[in-house]
Amino acid sequence: MTKEKSNAKQIILFIVMAILAVLWIYPVFMILVNSLKLESAISTSTVFNMPTASEMAGFANYANAINSQGFLKSLGYSTLITITSVLAIIICCSMCAWYITRVQTKFNNFLYYLFVFSMVVPFQMVMFTLSQTADQLKLNTPYNIWVIYLGFGAGLAVFMFAGFVKSIPVEIEEAAMIDGCNPIQTFFKVVMPILKPTLVSVTILQAMWIWNDYLLPTLVLDITKYKTIPMLIQYLRGSYGKVSMGPMMASIIMTIIPIIIVYILGQKHIIKGVAAGAVKG
Amino acid sequence: MEKALKKYGWIFVLPTLLAFTIGFIVPFIEGLYLSFCKFTTVGNAKFIGFGNYVSALTDPLFLRSAGFTIAVTIVNILAINILAFALAMALTQKLKGTNFFRTIFFMPNLIGGIVLGYIWQILINGVLSLCGQPLLKLNPTAGYWGIIILMCWQQIGYMMIIYIAGLQNVPDDLVEAARIDGATDWQILWKVKIPMMMPSITICVFLTLTNSLKLFDQNLALTNGEPNHMTDMLALNIYYTFYGRAGAAWKGIGQAKSVIFSAVVILIGFWQLRATRSKEVQA
Repeated sequence: MTKEKSNAKQIILFIVMAILAVLWIYPVFMILVNSLKLESAISTSTVFNMPTASEMAGFANYANAINSQGFLKSLGYSTLITITSVLAIIICCSMCAWYITRVQTKFNNFLYYLFVFSMVVPFQMVMFTLSQTADQLKLNTPYNIWVIYLGFGAGLAVFMFAGFVKSIPVEIEEAAMIDGCNPIQTFFKVVMPILKPTLVSVTILQAMWIWNDYLLPTLVLDITKYKTIPMLIQYLRGSYGKVSMGPMMASIIMTIIPIIIVYILGQKHIIKGVAAGAVKG
Repeated sequence: MEKALKKYGWIFVLPTLLAFTIGFIVPFIEGLYLSFCKFTTVGNAKFIGFGNYVSALTDPLFLRSAGFTIAVTIVNILAINILAFALAMALTQKLKGTNFFRTIFFMPNLIGGIVLGYIWQILINGVLSLCGQPLLKLNPTAGYWGIIILMCWQQIGYMMIIYIAGLQNVPDDLVEAARIDGATDWQILWKVKIPMMMPSITICVFLTLTNSLKLFDQNLALTNGEPNHMTDMLALNIYYTFYGRAGAAWKGIGQAKSVIFSAVVILIGFWQLRATRSKEVQA
């Protein structure tokens, strides 16, 4: 292959990728543009038009979404639920996975396969009974729904942690125990630091899932009191005959912005975490 | 070490096991039992045998949603994996801006299904109205392709990341050796790279397969089954059987449908893992 030929190939490839990248961003860009329009200027056939000067609403839709539709409250609930659940999952499941990998009994093996099995089962299988159990046990508020997420997220987390623990030489832990650590110290001082890459992967995958989860909180939480962000968006859209599109699009943009900020700050970890998580799986 | 550990076993296992029991084991077993009952809450269940299963399997809406789900799943698996693989190939050529492109293509993955569904509903309705076609509410064909386009937009980036990791694991000397032996790029792709990448292909096909079969949020937000349940997928059909239909019989039928649905997802999932695992090779 001559040098010019391969250069031309690279340029064509670059142009194709650039066009694709624009197409990839366009849907979000379109919502952004429309969220700045006056309500009267938003209609199905004009969503692709840029707003004219007289159609610009500025940030009025955003103010509306925040002031009258409880966006900030939902943001708070979503943040609270995601942080408590992810913390519970990474601490409890890493401990559990380490133990059942290191102590090989029939029961522990059975437990491991049960966790793996639970990953494949669709949520619909348990949605009705789970929401009833949650009501009975009073796990139906944003403050303790993390117990449900710990239970339902345990499958993937234990599976990924166990996969990584198997690759750690047991001698390091034995040395720590001989030096006088009890198992709990051994776990938090020796094993946890080694598990760090998997901790990152699990945190990212579970946070993505819980932050965006719609059906589980809808069925478990009392929707008149608590709405997470996905619940709020669905509620804005589905509850009344006439949807006010402006505030709804503003809510969509405000939902996406924190995600994009976190993504840009941590993209190296996120992309690596996803790739590592998948290969283990 | 095992002995010392065992004394502490309950501290390590109990928190997760307790939550797992509440969140999965109990609801799963209860759900299995309730599929043989007539009930409106867990408390008032009455055993009725296989009646719910008969009603489920003779419900024309359920069967139609099963067909629709399969049609979506097959096209999704092919489209997402082929396009993601192509992108992964393009982005491992030491192109300028590779990292930037990866970042952009992966981004939709972080946006939740409900939000994605509404973004695409607005976009697709806009296109349909410009072309003078009926909107999504009345247009099952557009609904079908809408779900597929949405899923491609969301998932291609994720699968691309996995394929890139897989491509980077193909040893360079293997590709070099094939090239010296006179293999063309096309032959190297099919005879060297793809066999070496079977673990990535296994996991990507598994993820697209189970994601498509279980699809719910996107379906709810984009078409909500309209028009007239013609774009219901299985998960949405089950949801409406539980929560959208009046009458005591429907909860039991919904639960029976979920058992059938779960069995299908689990069987197809494990069958696929075994089928593609058997094609994996060692370097």
